[in-house]
Amino acid sequence: MSATTTNSYEAAKVATPAKDDGGLWGYLRNYGQRVRGGDMGALPAVLGLIVLSVIFSVAQPSFFTAFNFANLLTQAGPIVVIGMGLVFVLLLGEIDLSAGYASGVCAAVLAILLTTHGFPWYVGVAAAVVTGVVIGLLLGFLVAKVGIPSFVVTLAAFLAFQGTVLWLLKEGTNISVRDEVIISLENEFMPPMVGWALGALTVLGFATTQLIQQRNRRRRGLPALLWQVVAFRVIGLAVLVGLVVAVLNEERSRNALFSLKGVPIVVPVVGVLLLLWTFVLRRTAFGRHIYAVGGNREAARRAGIAVDRIRISAFVICSAMAAVGGILAASMARSVDPNTGGSNVLLYAVAAAVIGGTSLFGGKGRVLDAVLGGLVITMIINGMGLVGWSSAYKYIATGIVLLLAASVDAFSRRRSAASS
Amino acid sequence: MGTPLLELRGINKSFGPVQVLRDVAFTVHPGEVTALVGDNGAGKSTLVKCIGGIYPIDSGEYLMEGKQVHVHNPRDAASHGVEIVYQDLALCDNLDIVQNMFLGRERRSGMILDEPTMEQLAQQTLASLSVRTVKSVRQRVASLSGGQRQTVAIAKAVLWNSKLVILDEPTAALGVAQTQQVLELVRRLADNGLAVVLISHNMNDVFAVSDRIAMLYLGRMAAQVKTSDVTHSQVVELITSGRSGALGLAEEGAAA
Repeated sequence: MSATTTNSYEAAKVATPAKDDGGLWGYLRNYGQRVRGGDMGALPAVLGLIVLSVIFSVAQPSFFTAFNFANLLTQAGPIVVIGMGLVFVLLLGEIDLSAGYASGVCAAVLAILLTTHGFPWYVGVAAAVVTGVVIGLLLGFLVAKVGIPSFVVTLAAFLAFQGTVLWLLKEGTNISVRDEVIISLENEFMPPMVGWALGALTVLGFATTQLIQQRNRRRRGLPALLWQVVAFRVIGLAVLVGLVVAVLNEERSRNALFSLKGVPIVVPVVGVLLLLWTFVLRRTAFGRHIYAVGGNREAARRAGIAVDRIRISAFVICSAMAAVGGILAASMARSVDPNTGGSNVLLYAVAAAVIGGTSLFGGKGRVLDAVLGGLVITMIINGMGLVGWSSAYKYIATGIVLLLAASVDAFSRRRSAASS
Repeated sequence: MGTPLLELRGINKSFGPVQVLRDVAFTVHPGEVTALVGDNGAGKSTLVKCIGGIYPIDSGEYLMEGKQVHVHNPRDAASHGVEIVYQDLALCDNLDIVQNMFLGRERRSGMILDEPTMEQLAQQTLASLSVRTVKSVRQRVASLSGGQRQTVAIAKAVLWNSKLVILDEPTAALGVAQTQQVLELVRRLADNGLAVVLISHNMNDVFAVSDRIAMLYLGRMAAQVKTSDVTHSQVVELITSGRSGALGLAEEGAAA
């Protein structure tokens, strides 16, 4: 027995020298190891996107058109944005079941201010987001300070907000939104040149930050990514962005009288939110502390982190993002009714985060997950609609996909526990 | 033998009617490993928590480097260079080694985390402790072995220019080889000039690395001696009965 332990000790010693570069091949091998060790990252979502597009394109050729692609992106908007907020709550190992109806409440506030009282759009948007912040403060307070499990708090809020929307909308009237700025979010497109310029800016910005980061690391003698890997990433992003912009800049109108082309306005809106929250999570102490609280609350407390404050702020971010999602939903429907943010919006948003790779157990996840997962979910809804399957199948398929994603999550957790 | 780094005199601590520490004296010297031993309930953990500022002391003197200080909370203790490595290691599995070592005290430039500096400092700290068993400081803590995790927890304590590192049963959950690694690390800390307090139930560990042994018996300091001056069985006797020959507490019966 002691002989074997001594051997493993020796083995550990031999394996110590740090291997920082094995070339591009070594990088890929490392990635393969991580995936097998249970850290799959975006892989399931990306594979899902590819498989779904192939299936739907074969089943219904109109799926694979620029027209439908633009549709898909606008449809994904609200789900993706609400999912981004949920990532913060999920990172703590909590859940917010009320995010859907919270978005409904905020959308109702927006619609009432704009349509009933005639305020300008920015007042309505500000009021909706402030409503979201207040909702988040309340939920966070009940969870962190009073100590009620988030499942119960937000289930109660789910019911209460459903009622609030009804009350705000006077028992079910439908308030239409006519403000041009709000409507344009989900219904207008950028001029092709602007699309190209923003796309180029995105790639350039990404390349610059990558280059600066890696050069800094090299200068300090820290292990850095190979230039080939950096180039691979930048070129990959450039190709992706280029393809998306090129497809969306095609003429989609079948009517010769008016033109329909350009990147939907919602795309840069989601892009800015993605950048903002990714920066917060990855580059600030606040983001680090969110991961720490989600990973080991006691360790975070002992490290001097104000755990309660972190938990409350996660709920605030979640509800504020739900407000933004509600604004997008109002824009898409051009109106707000008692069903805005209701029915399956919340489940779609949770599914988006989880399918993208955010763990339900806390401590693992990225804002990008909500974008990728949201696209998968939207693709299912959109594709099945085009193929002509009934809602019954849509619900069943979405449920199965969510379960699949949760299984991948549970499985990778087991994997990484076993590999340690 | 110079000024002790930490000197406690006449420490008393009660929880309600229960007096857990009774007139305890305790000294720790820089460059030495002081083992703190005692049976369950003897007051080891309470004494450590008093040193770390988690429990305020009821009465007694707390001197650092010969000067009296007042320690009311963990922050005070940390400002005097006292770091405690608890038994349950208080690491976040989902974060990597660097992130754990700087948790709650992240280096920033402006609003942004200064990752390269933190990574460099973490590497330097591990190198100064001659830790070679860690492949990359960007590894997740979840992927580390028990001994490596203990190493990270200790390195985290050392990172903050600490003068006194208190280790609460660092080898309790480890296998033979890993125990050896951690004990070597403990010895190296002292050889680097730090004062180290090692709480342990394992007499082999205690005799392997300590310079002095302090024995608590029912909330009192039975004896504090040089490790080379006592035998294994004397220490066991002191732990279990509070006295051994000329060493230890005076006979209770004589006073009564």
